[in-house]
Amino acid sequence: MDYLLFVVFPYTCLTVFLIGSIYRYKYRPFSVSSLSSEFLEGKKLFLASQLFHWGLFILFFGHLIAFLFPASILLWNGHPVRLLILEISAFVFGLSAFFGLMLLIYRRLTVRRVQIVTNKMDFVVFIVLLVQIISGLLVAYTNRWGSSWFAAFLTPYLRSIFVFDPQIDAIVSVISLSLKIHVVSAFALIGIIPFTRFMHFLVYPLNYTWRSYQQVIWNWNRKQIRTSKAFRQGPKSKNN
Amino acid sequence: MDIRSQISMVFHLDKCIGCHTCSIACKNLWTDRKGAEYMWWNNVETKPGTGYPTKWEDQEIYKGGWEINGKSVSLKGAGKLRGLKNIFHNPYLPVLDDYYEPWTYKYEDLFTAPEGDDQPTARAVSLVTGEPIDVKAGPNWDDDLGGSIDYARQDVNLKGLSAAEQEVMFQLERMTFFYLPRICNHCLNPACVASCPSGAIYKRGEDGIVLINQQVCRGWRMCVTACPYKKTYYNWHTGKSEKCILCYPRLESGQPPACMHQCVGRIRYLGVLLYDADRIEEVAATPNDLDLVDRQLEIYLDPFDPQVIEAARKNGIADSTIESAQKSPVYKFVKEWKIALPLHPEFRTIPNLFYVPALMPGMASVQDGIYEESNTQFLWGGIDNNRVPIKYLANLFSAGNTEKIVDVLKRLMAVRWHRRQTTVGDVAQEIVDKAMGEINLNGDTADAIFRLTSLATFDERFVIPPAHREESIEMLENTADVKGNTGFGFKERPKRGW
Repeated sequence: MDYLLFVVFPYTCLTVFLIGSIYRYKYRPFSVSSLSSEFLEGKKLFLASQLFHWGLFILFFGHLIAFLFPASILLWNGHPVRLLILEISAFVFGLSAFFGLMLLIYRRLTVRRVQIVTNKMDFVVFIVLLVQIISGLLVAYTNRWGSSWFAAFLTPYLRSIFVFDPQIDAIVSVISLSLKIHVVSAFALIGIIPFTRFMHFLVYPLNYTWRSYQQVIWNWNRKQIRTSKAFRQGPKSKNN
Repeated sequence: MDIRSQISMVFHLDKCIGCHTCSIACKNLWTDRKGAEYMWWNNVETKPGTGYPTKWEDQEIYKGGWEINGKSVSLKGAGKLRGLKNIFHNPYLPVLDDYYEPWTYKYEDLFTAPEGDDQPTARAVSLVTGEPIDVKAGPNWDDDLGGSIDYARQDVNLKGLSAAEQEVMFQLERMTFFYLPRICNHCLNPACVASCPSGAIYKRGEDGIVLINQQVCRGWRMCVTACPYKKTYYNWHTGKSEKCILCYPRLESGQPPACMHQCVGRIRYLGVLLYDADRIEEVAATPNDLDLVDRQLEIYLDPFDPQVIEAARKNGIADSTIESAQKSPVYKFVKEWKIALPLHPEFRTIPNLFYVPALMPGMASVQDGIYEESNTQFLWGGIDNNRVPIKYLANLFSAGNTEKIVDVLKRLMAVRWHRRQTTVGDVAQEIVDKAMGEINLNGDTADAIFRLTSLATFDERFVIPPAHREESIEMLENTADVKGNTGFGFKERPKRGW
């Protein structure tokens, strides 16, 4: 069972994610959008969207750091006060994401105009996010050492997944139910990215930061076409 | 010198009758789709009025366009830092109610209603929610000064006019208005392009048309904020932004854009302008607002100047395009005759759509019950007594520079004096000579202005350069094939993503 949950399922999700996202980005680009509904309802969205997105934004990077530089987290947590600071701030951002999500769900269910642009996948997204955020909050609340645990146990496991040599013994032996849910639903979340509006986080416009403001595109090589002999000669057609 | 060619337009407001045929032509061709019903890539506003979307000119609300930042310009409400900071919620985004909620009528009810004592009615239903609505706004809700207490008096361009001046403007006997048709300006310094986080918006090098790549757009909506003319629109159904494409598939096949082709009053002109792309930043950053029109005119180059021709050729501009630039009616109106002005140059996007301000009916007056077209006792009497204050026109067309407006109006009036003299001959020669002399206009030029204004044929009004895209897909497409689709060269139902 654990093998299924922590080896088969993650690989399935990651594969689906990789192939699906690349396919959708390359061959169905028109469908990739943030699908913003701010145009239809802007006031209620403000608090909901800001709380939710910034909460997730920070948490995502927190998890990323723990995955990439586990030693730094362990080092930071070496002192109980610092551990507490990290845990509390993570919890606060978790709460922010949670309340933001609740507000977003409430808005989507109650505002008539937003209902119009709601589809089935939006509810799948809501459910996965709810499971993910609530289980994350539970982990943070019940296991005060969550960040250290991530660095010490989860990172080796995740890394073993990525080097195609899955090692699950260590985490299976210590994992609690809420953690189990959190890990599994995280992979589920990754797996459904290509089928949902989650796609928009993959296309976060990072390149805007370094591209020049103005963009001019030529459809052909100007200098070459000037000398081309292929120009169609003759009178211009009359239209009126 | 980096010479490029730009398709640009002149709208002659004296000829606009406010029939909205242009808007309908555009609507039928491009925006009769779900999510686009509220969009009017071409719309006609009554001035004074608040326009569409309501008060779009007030950048204190919408934060569109550029503002001076040191020696350059920066976006007022978007940009790299601000754009990415506001990406989860854009505080300056106009919402549906700032435009209007699109609606249709339940015509079917007229036929299916059971027999009764009352006339069956076709109720208005929202095109967004499908529910019955009370229509409270529309794209030309204040047409012909309708409800002018609520609309015309809220006009943003009344700023700088004294209370007394405004009062006079809205006196019933003096009240006047004119129409302002608007499309995308296809600016030289487009704020929408600069604000797009995804890099989906670009200016087409060959002809300067600004387009949004629907495949790359991710619906971050910064362009809607950044465009000071509010001419990019967010399609709430597809989650993509859309804008006027200047009917490029038509242009490429030698036809003018639908709005221009359909224009009943023949107010529209289209042609090529050559400009120096190296000077864009410098012109956009002109320190004094009052100089903006003159600086902008400098960026457009003389297509007859051998040096310009040489540089243009070197830059890959085709001979046929240069030839088009020489025949361009826009060049004549804007540069040679200087009677067309850009709309709101103070937004600093360097717009390429120019307006010939309306002489009539503002110049006409009623005295002792007699309608007089202009005051013949004083040379420029009509201008001084214009029922549309010069300051108001200056706020619209010259960033507050009243001299520019007076100059244009004098030119237009001198042409009238001259033509009156030629055709009727009841005007004293001294008056005509004085008028023409004061603004340095000779008879031939006046005749040319008259001809292009009132007699010009289709091919004189629309000088479209050959497309040079012999293999372009767009030219081979049947427009009917792709009706209801996302656009030319990209066939996909405009279906919402998931």
